[in-house]
Amino acid sequence: MIKRVVDFFGDERHAKRRRRLFYLVLVLIVIADFLVFREHAEYLWERLPGWSALYGFGSCVLLIFVSKFFGHQCRLMRREDYYD
Amino acid sequence: MTDFVHPGLLFILGAIPIPFLKGSVRKAYVLLIPTLAILAVLTMHPGGYGAARFIGQQIMIAKVDKLSVLFATVFSIMALIGTVYALHLTHAGQHVAAFVYVGSALGVVFAGDYLTLFLFWEGMTFASAYLVFAQRSDQALSAGFRYLMVHITGSVALLGGIILHGFATGSLLFGPIEGGLGFATCLILAGFLLNAAVPPLNAWLTDAYPEATVTGAVFMSAFTTKTAVYVLARAFPGTDLLVWLGTVMALYGVVYAVLENDCRRLLAYHIVSQVGYMVAGIGIGTEMAVNGAVSHAFAHILYKALLFMGAGAVIHVTGRRKLTELGGLYKTMPVTLALYMVGAFAISAFPFFSGFVTKSMVVAAAKQDHRALVVLALTMASSGTFLHTGLKLPYYMFFGTDQGLEAREPPRNMLVAMGMAAVLCIAIGLFPQTLYALLPHPVDFEPYTGVHVTESLGVLMFTALGFVMFLRALDPENTISIDTDWFYRMGARHFMWLAEKPLARYEKAVSDVSETAALPFLLGMARAGLRIDLHGVDAFVNAVARAILRGGGALRQFQSGVVTHYALAMIAGVIAGIAVFAVAWR
Repeated sequence: MIKRVVDFFGDERHAKRRRRLFYLVLVLIVIADFLVFREHAEYLWERLPGWSALYGFGSCVLLIFVSKFFGHQCRLMRREDYYD
Repeated sequence: MTDFVHPGLLFILGAIPIPFLKGSVRKAYVLLIPTLAILAVLTMHPGGYGAARFIGQQIMIAKVDKLSVLFATVFSIMALIGTVYALHLTHAGQHVAAFVYVGSALGVVFAGDYLTLFLFWEGMTFASAYLVFAQRSDQALSAGFRYLMVHITGSVALLGGIILHGFATGSLLFGPIEGGLGFATCLILAGFLLNAAVPPLNAWLTDAYPEATVTGAVFMSAFTTKTAVYVLARAFPGTDLLVWLGTVMALYGVVYAVLENDCRRLLAYHIVSQVGYMVAGIGIGTEMAVNGAVSHAFAHILYKALLFMGAGAVIHVTGRRKLTELGGLYKTMPVTLALYMVGAFAISAFPFFSGFVTKSMVVAAAKQDHRALVVLALTMASSGTFLHTGLKLPYYMFFGTDQGLEAREPPRNMLVAMGMAAVLCIAIGLFPQTLYALLPHPVDFEPYTGVHVTESLGVLMFTALGFVMFLRALDPENTISIDTDWFYRMGARHFMWLAEKPLARYEKAVSDVSETAALPFLLGMARAGLRIDLHGVDAFVNAVARAILRGGGALRQFQSGVVTHYALAMIAGVIAGIAVFAVAWR
């Protein structure tokens, strides 16, 4: 069973079904976010359905590019023999 | 029947017979000790044990309350899991070191006074350093020495703080520190923050853990930082500085994790990030925040160990640790992958996994405390956590480009240990009330609300979307990253340069001057002195002696032996004396 699940995520022949499933999950999450009951919202953004999706995506992109910027432009990344 | 058996001493004393046992007897024995420790923790009653007086101070070996029992529970469970994972080891050394390490961590957790705490604190440092040295490569040896040096520096600060604090308050009993941050308190705090790997004091962790042995790193990931979280929760709840340090720490770890190529170093940066949540929670200091921080420590120990065990299994089987050299292992190691992913879902706080019910308590406490910036930063760090441990690392390790590595599932004991941790990660996620009942304060928090589930899934799955879209930007690169260890690694190099170049040159110049100029001069002086001595002084002395001898000879001729001659001479003398007196008188 584990092997089949793992193969589903690894094998190239499942790529199309995988992608479809992924997009379906994304759409369902956003729809669900519109439907859930929000009893207590501390901040403005919490009242915004779909905010968390937007924030998650934005955070991810920001983290990738800001970190790579630090790594390459601020020279945090060095050759492996840097300390040798 | 005593109502308290110290589980720490059970481990430390229990480590002694290990080298003398062999084969399956040793295996049974090393499993027995953690099992007994779990029983000891489950059956203990709150109270103070082992009170005594030492150098005029009140000490208490063990103080049992809900907070210490919570940490002791997870520590002894983790010790059992780690021991199962290391069961295939043939050498006793690592078992002994791990037992002393766990025992010392338990010693810190129960310590009722600073002296006991410090003693076990040092025990942890030395025992854990062995787990790095046991790897035996040159890299590991240097990393181990750096690890020791940094921790000993931290311990000196801690000891200094303890002594000053003891003088100021007159008591060494360990408890909440009141009255703001004085010099003594700052030293103690610095010692604690160093072990919690709070930037800029974090680099020892990400430097040493990836160099430790496969089994040793699993232990290390669990104990040092979490004992530091425990002592912070005990001594510094509600210290505002910790909120900001924790928040920065949570993001610091994920930023570095983007750059990292070494699989266990990437996971180590996520320890820094996750401990950030705990430090921030302790800093907020409300009942809910402290509950969140310590429950997150509980969950973290289990899922982080699971992740380290997964990465360790890959290293054990393939001998490779860099993401650029790994890939395509899902075909040969599906069970390892599945168990690793349980840890990844737990650390990322997916619903029904442990992180979901603990991490969210810290974030909710920050919200309740009206700290919007902290909430946003911690949520962003959650996204980064899933991005790396849940997506990047498994993708490049198990999927990605097939490197055609020969691999198989790791030894069964490793899989069993991972299975135990995975079951607990899911169990905590499914039945959070069991964990909540162990927390130091009453819990008024419900993790499974509709909005919390959809929000978490939104953040996580759209992080996955970002990952899929910008996958190429995340490709690991064959580099290392400069962290704050740069200061002491390069500092030590500059110091050595200073010692080898200018100082050595100065020393050589001084000795050259003395050899070429001062020494011949002194030699010449000595020769001249000798010559003066021989020809001048000796000659003069000889001449005087000869003159005296000759004078004596001449004088002897006056000694005729006739009394009338002497009487005549005396009379002549008296007359001469009177004449002189008369002239002088006048």
